[in-house]
Amino acid sequence: MSRYFTKDHEWIEISGQVGTVGITDYAQSQLGDITFVELPELGSSITKGASVSVVDSVKAASDVYTPVSGEVVEVNEALGDAPETVNSDAGGSGWLFKLTLSDPGELDGLMDEAAYSAYVAEL
Amino acid sequence: MNEIEPESDEAAELAPMTLPLDGWHRARGARMVEFAGYMMPVQYEGIIAEHLWTREHAGLFDVSHMGQLYLSGETVEPSLEAVLPIDLSTLQRYAPRYSLLLDEDGGVLDDLMVTRWDSGFYLVVNGATKWDDIAHLREHLPDEVTLNHLEDSALLALQGPEAFAALDRLAMGETSLGELTFMKGGTFKIDGVEAWISRSGYTGEDGFEISIPADDAARIAELLCAQNEVKPIGLGARDSLRLEAGLPLYGHDLSPETTPIEADLAFAINKRRRAEGGFPGAERILAELASGPPRLRVGLALEGRMAAREHAVVMAGDEAIGMVTSGGFSPSLQHPIAMAYVDAAQAVPGTELAIEMRGKMLPARVVSLPFVPHRYHRKGDRP
Repeated sequence: MSRYFTKDHEWIEISGQVGTVGITDYAQSQLGDITFVELPELGSSITKGASVSVVDSVKAASDVYTPVSGEVVEVNEALGDAPETVNSDAGGSGWLFKLTLSDPGELDGLMDEAAYSAYVAEL
Repeated sequence: MNEIEPESDEAAELAPMTLPLDGWHRARGARMVEFAGYMMPVQYEGIIAEHLWTREHAGLFDVSHMGQLYLSGETVEPSLEAVLPIDLSTLQRYAPRYSLLLDEDGGVLDDLMVTRWDSGFYLVVNGATKWDDIAHLREHLPDEVTLNHLEDSALLALQGPEAFAALDRLAMGETSLGELTFMKGGTFKIDGVEAWISRSGYTGEDGFEISIPADDAARIAELLCAQNEVKPIGLGARDSLRLEAGLPLYGHDLSPETTPIEADLAFAINKRRRAEGGFPGAERILAELASGPPRLRVGLALEGRMAAREHAVVMAGDEAIGMVTSGGFSPSLQHPIAMAYVDAAQAVPGTELAIEMRGKMLPARVVSLPFVPHRYHRKGDRP
């Protein structure tokens, strides 16, 4: 399994043909208390870079962009009652959705963990 | 991931300035953001925790970005009445009163507090508007009136049900702090520092606003936060608290495009002034008082968890009948709330409306403000 990161602070973890997407710990710390997560529609086809989800915090709403293209095969329904999970475990149980990748080559443009850490350190 | 709406549309063109407590906030772990041209703390441990702490205990807010002005001179009283719809003849010494700076069309230029001091008037105006306010006042007040911008003063707010207990331990005056009821003030000393303290605030809770010399601000803030009841609170919770309290925020719920009557602030047009007029925008405002405004500021309660935000369109059936001016998730009520201007016919509490948000229609019910009851310490209440 390997995990990739975007400059917009999403992560995607690849396991076979399926990618699990969430926002990074840095992102959740910047957003503050998360009160609602709008998830993409199950079965929808989404295109790399498109806004597919919205994370609402007390102060503002933020778009989440999908790191790669594909079809949404699962959404994290548990966030409906417990959106704060994104704050407490952004990189784990606070994942947002899973998709099957239509073009694994799109992963090439993303950062690995070391590159992302260096990127955040510069912000 | 990217924020959809800016946190503040008061972005200054110049590099942000720092306030007297800048270093103190950073040392306490605040996340600093630019607001009203200054770097200010948006949160410390988290907005919801800070919000709930203030509702249960006491929160210390740094509001030193606000403009503190002192107006004096022989003709100050009639001159001030020419720019504000206030009746100063009924304004007792040391009793702050809410008022509005109005333009000639009755639009709101700012909302402010006016207090009669011994030989002049102390005004507290919004941070984002203070430079425009000062220019407006200098233009409209005669030369005999002196306007001092008290830039060497910091302003703190201590808010919450335990604010009195914490401050009473520290504030020494000719009369005790307990003599102050809601919207009364006086001069005190805190650890030897001269302080103007009024029992007022912007959270709906009992609490105090404390004006002190900027040079002493960090020491006094530290002393206040050393009290068990008190934690520092950022701008984020200040906004969610005032929204629950139904208090309008200038630049969002109030603007030159809104009149005081539309904003449901008719109480700020004092009785004598309604009869006599003679304040900016009187013609339109008195007409709206007589026959009702075309639209009104209302509270909207939403279901679920998705918040309506500023500029979202309010619908009655297929018809757009208003716009949200403030909105967010209410930490106390655990559902989203909003303030909006809607057509007067749809402004009755209980009216079922909808808010269009990111392509969805969110059911919203008109409710009376405040969303969370005020808990001011009024005259006659037990200390």
